[in-house]
Amino acid sequence: MITKRIIPCLDVKNGRVVKGVNFQGLSDVSSPIELGKYYSENGADELVFYDITASAEGRALFTDILKEVASTIFIPLTVGGGINSLDDFDRVLKCGADKVSVNSGAIRNPDLIYQAAKRYGDQCVVLSADVKRVGGEFRVFAKGGREDTGMEALSWIKRGVDNGAGEIVLNSIDTDGVKKGFDLEMLDAVCKIVSVPVIASGGAGKAEDFITLFNTLPKVDAGLAASIFHFGEVNIMELKKQLAREGIPMRI
Amino acid sequence: MIVIIDYGVGNLYSLTQSFKAIGAEVIVSGEKAVIRNADKIVLPGVGAFEDAVNKLRATGLDKVIIEEAQKGKPLLGICLGMQLLFDKSYEYGEHKGLSLIKGEIEPISKVIPKEYKIPHIGWNALHFGEKKHPLFKYLNEGDHAYFVHSFYGANCAESVIATAEYGEELTAAVASGNVYGCQFHPEKSGEVGLKILRAFCEREV
Repeated sequence: MITKRIIPCLDVKNGRVVKGVNFQGLSDVSSPIELGKYYSENGADELVFYDITASAEGRALFTDILKEVASTIFIPLTVGGGINSLDDFDRVLKCGADKVSVNSGAIRNPDLIYQAAKRYGDQCVVLSADVKRVGGEFRVFAKGGREDTGMEALSWIKRGVDNGAGEIVLNSIDTDGVKKGFDLEMLDAVCKIVSVPVIASGGAGKAEDFITLFNTLPKVDAGLAASIFHFGEVNIMELKKQLAREGIPMRI
Repeated sequence: MIVIIDYGVGNLYSLTQSFKAIGAEVIVSGEKAVIRNADKIVLPGVGAFEDAVNKLRATGLDKVIIEEAQKGKPLLGICLGMQLLFDKSYEYGEHKGLSLIKGEIEPISKVIPKEYKIPHIGWNALHFGEKKHPLFKYLNEGDHAYFVHSFYGANCAESVIATAEYGEELTAAVASGNVYGCQFHPEKSGEVGLKILRAFCEREV
């Protein structure tokens, strides 16, 4: 039976993990390589690296680091941040990324998903959508959630899947950082219109939030979080054992 | 020396690194002489069957792979690389494969229930049946491997050495003598995957 996935997300800026994490046994808390290794050895089913670098030098550093991460970690690796062209896809895939996540780049260039899916396959293209409720509808936001694009989110996501996105990361801006649980209503709306895997993001504050997520919405494939894992509020292996006890299929 | 065949299909970085991680000597090459000289051959692959098999034929690598396999050299196909070993595939048409494994590649949509998502992406448990193949000697029943695929090996019962349950029992791995194939990605399956690669490295010519 296929398992539900638990995915930690690491923000990397100029080669360092933002908000470095203080795990036992880690000598360098902001090293993407050390942290990636820690997570992969401690139950993470997949890793997401998000490049929030602004400069070209920072980006070159990021690709070097990716290579090193990919040579020590043998679980799926998704890379996002600053992906605007097929060249960007090529750059991170050659460093060992398995999937590439697009967000603002796909909003600027709607053809990007189609082109990338055609060249690298649907399984390689992840559409990451930052979504917020505005005036009674779900609205897509760009630039890390700062800019309202005016686009209705469900049709945007549907179009992305039709164009070849093989997975959706749905990040609810409304629940992000609130730590009161995932945005079940928004996730349900998305699960109803797409047939590709949906990864829930935004709002997890405790282990119970993941139990509620998978029990309420069996069509959700994975739960993604950052700070609660980074700050040790939720230990991934413990979380997975707890989910397994609840009857949710997990890789233990 | 293990050769990972480079024929312009897929990303070979992780695969190369995973062999290095278990201490194997590995080289990535598309040269016939290198492939003939290697002790073991790995045939990777991501993407479409037709494109991949055409590339193998255009370069003449198909013949080299078949000849070396027939000499008894251990050969491991991974994901699309496994599918290429079959007689034929029904992915967007009908295409002939290398015929090293008896059977056909068919869409999983043909056999799995409608509510199951396609592709089959994620970690799934491996089931070995009554007799565990030596390729899995370091594994336990139910260990998880990472899958990403929409097509699967059908009509290959005599070669199946592992299955995964996805609304239906799907072929997860095959073997016929010295020819092995994994539908999942050992290079993305953590410790479990590395254990499979280690067992493959220990197979004798």
